[in-house]
Amino acid sequence: MKLRRSMLFVPGDNAAALSTAFVYKPDSIMFDLEDAVSPREKDSARLLVFQALRHPAYQEIETVVRINGLNTEFGLKDLEAAVRGGVDVVRLPKTDSADEIHELEAHVVRIEKACGRLVGDTKLMAAIESASGVVNAVAIATASPRMIAIAIAGFDYLVDMHTKRSGGSEPELFYARAAVLHAARAAHIDAFDVVYGDVNDDEGFLREVTIARQLGFDGKSLIHPRQVELLHRAYAPTPQEVEHARRVLAAAETAHHNGLGVVALDGKMIDPPVIEEAEMVLQRAEAS
Amino acid sequence: MRVIKEAIAGTLESSDLLVKVAPSDTGRLDIVIQSEVIKQFGKQIKRVVTDTLDKLSVSEGSIVIEDKGALDCVIRARVQAAVLRGSDSDEADWGKLS
Repeated sequence: MKLRRSMLFVPGDNAAALSTAFVYKPDSIMFDLEDAVSPREKDSARLLVFQALRHPAYQEIETVVRINGLNTEFGLKDLEAAVRGGVDVVRLPKTDSADEIHELEAHVVRIEKACGRLVGDTKLMAAIESASGVVNAVAIATASPRMIAIAIAGFDYLVDMHTKRSGGSEPELFYARAAVLHAARAAHIDAFDVVYGDVNDDEGFLREVTIARQLGFDGKSLIHPRQVELLHRAYAPTPQEVEHARRVLAAAETAHHNGLGVVALDGKMIDPPVIEEAEMVLQRAEAS
Repeated sequence: MRVIKEAIAGTLESSDLLVKVAPSDTGRLDIVIQSEVIKQFGKQIKRVVTDTLDKLSVSEGSIVIEDKGALDCVIRARVQAAVLRGSDSDEADWGKLS
């Protein structure tokens, strides 16, 4: 199971950022060709990202490219660069419907065949940035077996909803977060929470991480490298959780050895979901 | 691919480079490289630049590079971007960009 707590945004036209982002060890690195790049630098950024994807430092980390929408003059060119560069995941921004994923997938298949990549190798994820996208989240999340994640992007969504960030417990994002999470869980894919824009406000960032983690988000989109370690620490299990997970797995192993389907630990039944949760706890602990 | 007009790509920020291309007056390929790390990496930078130009079939033109300690992948990308911007072709041939 791939751990996806942190997806670090790297502006596609920033040579220094592209040259160093891997040292911060996020779970995924997202090279951005969309909002972070001005229209007159799109061509150059596309080539930078294409070349960076082939750099040895990016072979050991999950790479994601946020392309421009396919309804723009840049989208298809970005997709060519990403798929031919060997990207692991293409992130489609402003996804409103499953049809957009179907269209994206058809182009990915064509490019994979043209460049000799295994068909199906390129994974997809969608960013939900509007009320329509939230309403259609389940259809989007289940639109393709290539889908590995779905993300809620707060800024555009809140503009669409005629509101803005309030800080605190963020009631304005509750429905969208819950809808995207349910879509992700129904599709058995990962869910990413919104970016936190104030990179100097650790307290606000961690407050938001706590909300996201408690709701059940697998991770969060990040706009600054210093947020990676903060996030990983916040997602790290407590020593008590680690100890309990170890005991759960030991009990499950004993039950399996003795041919038992289920077993109890401290009076509570250990069944497959509990075992899966314990494995996830240990994976997070190991990665933190 | 022919360079038919002046074009630039890249920046003078750290870890980047600025590439200027222009049509040749002499019919030759003239490459000028300035770099803060020319003593350590001059030969390597020149190799990456000439290899990138070879793949794009650029055989004449003026190529001026001001390097600020860029990685090879950044050098390749900026040279490609400058040549494509200054060429008579607006579509990338991905086979030649690899």
